[in-house]
Amino acid sequence: MRCGFCLPACPTFKETGVEAESPRGRISLMKAAVDGLMEPNVMFEEQMNHCLGCRACEPACPADVKYGQLIEQAREAVELHTTQHRWWVKGVRKAVFKQLFPHQHRMRLLGAAMNVYKKSGVQTLIRKTNAVGMFSSQLASMERILPDASGKGIVEIMGTRVAAKGEKHGTVGMFRGCLMDVMFTETNRKTVELLSEAGFDVVIPEAQNCCGALHAHSGEKEQAKELAKHNIRAFQEAGVDFIVSNAGGCGAILVEYDHLLHEEPEWHDQAIWFAKRVKDISTILAEKGRPLQYAALPQDQGTARVTYQDSCHLRNVMKGGQAPRQLLQQAAGGAYVEMKDAGSCCGSAGIYNMTQPEMSNQILEHKMENVNAAGVRYVVTSNPGCHLQMKLGIEKHGCSGQMEALHIADFLYDRLVR
Amino acid sequence: MDSNVKHLLRGIVGDAYFKDDAQSLVTHSYDGTPMLQSLPDGVIYPRNTAEVSAIMKVLHEHRIPLVSRGSGTNLCGGTVPVHGGVVMVMHRMNAIVEVDTQNLTATVQPGIITKQFIEHIEGLGLFYPPDPSSMAISTIGGNIAECSGGLRGLKYGTTKDYVLGLECVLADGQILRTGGKLMKDVAGYDLTKLLIGSEGTLAVITEATLKLIPPPKAKKTMLAMYTDIYGAARTVSSIIENRIIPATLEIMDNPTIRVVDDFAKLGLPLDMAAILLIEQDGEPEMVERDIAKISGICREEQAARISIAETPEEALKLLTARRSAFTALARLRPTTILEDATVPRSKIAEMVLEINRIAEKHNVQICTFGHAGDGNLHPTATTDARDLEEVHRVEAAFEDIFEAAIRLGGTITGEHGVGMVKAPYLEWKVGGPGIQVMEAIKEAFDPHNLLNPGKMFAKESRRRVVIERG
Ligand SMILES: Cc1cc2nc3c(=O)[nH]c(=O)nc-3n(C[C@H](O)[C@H](O)[C@H](O)COP(=O)(O)OP(=O)(O)OC[C@H]3O[C@@H](n4cnc5c(N)ncnc54)[C@H](O)[C@@H]3O)c2cc1C
Ligand code: SF4
Ligand code: SF4
Repeated sequence: MRCGFCLPACPTFKETGVEAESPRGRISLMKAAVDGLMEPNVMFEEQMNHCLGCRACEPACPADVKYGQLIEQAREAVELHTTQHRWWVKGVRKAVFKQLFPHQHRMRLLGAAMNVYKKSGVQTLIRKTNAVGMFSSQLASMERILPDASGKGIVEIMGTRVAAKGEKHGTVGMFRGCLMDVMFTETNRKTVELLSEAGFDVVIPEAQNCCGALHAHSGEKEQAKELAKHNIRAFQEAGVDFIVSNAGGCGAILVEYDHLLHEEPEWHDQAIWFAKRVKDISTILAEKGRPLQYAALPQDQGTARVTYQDSCHLRNVMKGGQAPRQLLQQAAGGAYVEMKDAGSCCGSAGIYNMTQPEMSNQILEHKMENVNAAGVRYVVTSNPGCHLQMKLGIEKHGCSGQMEALHIADFLYDRLVR
Repeated sequence: MDSNVKHLLRGIVGDAYFKDDAQSLVTHSYDGTPMLQSLPDGVIYPRNTAEVSAIMKVLHEHRIPLVSRGSGTNLCGGTVPVHGGVVMVMHRMNAIVEVDTQNLTATVQPGIITKQFIEHIEGLGLFYPPDPSSMAISTIGGNIAECSGGLRGLKYGTTKDYVLGLECVLADGQILRTGGKLMKDVAGYDLTKLLIGSEGTLAVITEATLKLIPPPKAKKTMLAMYTDIYGAARTVSSIIENRIIPATLEIMDNPTIRVVDDFAKLGLPLDMAAILLIEQDGEPEMVERDIAKISGICREEQAARISIAETPEEALKLLTARRSAFTALARLRPTTILEDATVPRSKIAEMVLEINRIAEKHNVQICTFGHAGDGNLHPTATTDARDLEEVHRVEAAFEDIFEAAIRLGGTITGEHGVGMVKAPYLEWKVGGPGIQVMEAIKEAFDPHNLLNPGKMFAKESRRRVVIERG
């Protein structure tokens, strides 16, 4: 089916207007490669990598074409044959996939190192000399918006169990994430607090590891599967009613563990057990537990307006686009404004903004037009990648003073009436 | 195509806008039509009329075929480059040149997306009615070249009723202007009308002047549900007979209701054999009166239930869901082949029965939906292209359906055009002399057969079993 309904939903098609940069075009290329009509050459590989993986094409498709699965297969095939990643992309990928994300303690070491780096003045020095800029201007701008990372993860701070406040509504397992846990430890802490306020016993299984999303989306499927099995075991042992994620990108692969492991029948039941229980923090707060009370925005921020930038994976894969809006309306009342095209990708897309800086920046520029037009004080997000990307956009537009990017857990927690 | 020609083409549009890499060729080898594919030799993206003209001069000199392309959503193989050559994508020519609020006209370039144009016009408090179900992605140029109709066709007509003037580039690169902002103009043959629906075989449209009208003041949308599809079809004829012309009058049968609801999650009645989606617009009192009368007629024709949309959003959701019907049917089987048979409106009920009979006879699954109020049905076969035997049965069934449509005084296509798919049947509809005149016109515009060759005119017509006309 080649109706083209998915084209207007696709950010890369919107930017270029070129058929090959559209879901329909990419699917036709995959098919042509399979049929032997064309070589899966460098350009093919680049086109597959050009896709953000935002999966906005899926809900737009009346025929229910599973684009996400197709692109993963294509990337896996490319990954098995490829020799041509540029050297530094290769380096970043290797560090990220093999050496960093699978190892929680290494991630924390990295966090600690980053902190020293930021506080010691090395950062200022490097910025002044633009040493990173020589390396890659994209890494340089990324470097500028890095948050205060910490050497301590959520378990080190809160332990592995936090009891429910008030009447108990259930037990949830917290998926702490890797990036989330070192770069946004505070957000993780506030997520746990919110859950406990809403009446959940929170368990944070120490044995959990990286979700495997980046691996799966980049063609490293075998490793993604290993990570998945490990997580399933960890949460099954913890005996939880729900598994809560506060990163759309992680959540989306967690709810698809059953698909990821579909070729392994012995994992079938466990994978379904796991996938069924996964909920985004906004969804669980909106649908389960005790409804929370939020204070109005302070008077001096009377004009403070709040808008929401969707996490593509939360919206398109977890189908959880409504819950954050509902919570923000509760917490911010009339100060909530919907920006134009909030559901369209911000260009962060995993490590896309590092591997495809040009397209990523172009998409971010258009996103910032809509953010600026909304005239808001807070841009709320649901995923660390989007959070960083929005910070990057705000920084680039020089409006850091008037505007702030926040994770929804931070925004809600800070307004909680206890 | 030799490298000299490529060099010349790059010289006109710049390196970035002429492509001949494998990726560009593959992604312009198909359109919305199932089972057709053929690679072009190059893809070009012009920016303005002057570039189109210069490109045509080069292609004309070297006798290279050209296929103009909007978004490739057509369903007749209209943009499949069966003879190779160059595919010209009109997307970059997407400006709204002018909206003339004194004359109520808009002048646009052909590559603008229909929905974007409509939204812009509605933002100015005006109305452009043609709304093909593909409007979220189709282009105005493609709409004109196919003479597209839409959900509002019953009351407001189709694209041809809204095109006042055209600018186009002929096969040899000359620029031709037809019509203008005039509401009346009988100077010579009506070339504007001739170009509308010409499927890219006569000229490349580079600009169009369109008629706008004031928007209706009020609107009401309702669903009538039936346990028997014949009852639904009879209602259509009966509404028209009672001299009510709704803005929209669409039919969906049970399998279509199911797949559409699976996609749009609207809570449509899955137990019904058919539903009618009816919208009336105009002055508020008239809308109320018509909707009441229509409800009465639906009840007389044994509608099991009738419901009226509470809010404009709910109404819009229903219309949008209906627009997804064709694609949604792909949920049932891997290959979806849609046809476009049209009969006089009084014959809708008869045609629906014919379709069901034919489906049974050939043992194929045919789902029916369409612009029933226009007499324009889309019987759609859900099949599997890998099963050749079944595909042959589907073809045989469609032949019978065309046959039946013509017998009932109808036609082989109401809006999707002839392209490659219907070419073998064109003679059934227009007859020998019709084909002769059409071929002579083609010859006059395009003597070397460079514009969209292989479309509209088949090498051979299908033999017709029964030669009689209703
Ligand atoms: C889901 C779906 C629903 C549809 N619903 C409807 C419907 O309700 N009503 C309807 O009428 N059609 C419908 N169609 C068919 C199709 O969308 C229309 O024919 C549409 O007008 C095609 O527009 P396009 O821009 O995609 O043109 P294309 O498919 O790119 O081209 C169509 C034809 O126009 C020619 N052409 C394009 N641009 C130019 C130009 N500038 N100058 C000269 N020739 C040109 C091409 O050569 C080709 O022959 C539907 C299709 C789909 C997939
Ligand atoms: S992926 Fe879906 S929306 Fe896109 S062209 Fe195919 S059927 Fe249409
Ligand atoms: S995943 Fe996103 S970028 Fe990729 S094809 Fe789909 S809509 Fe386009």
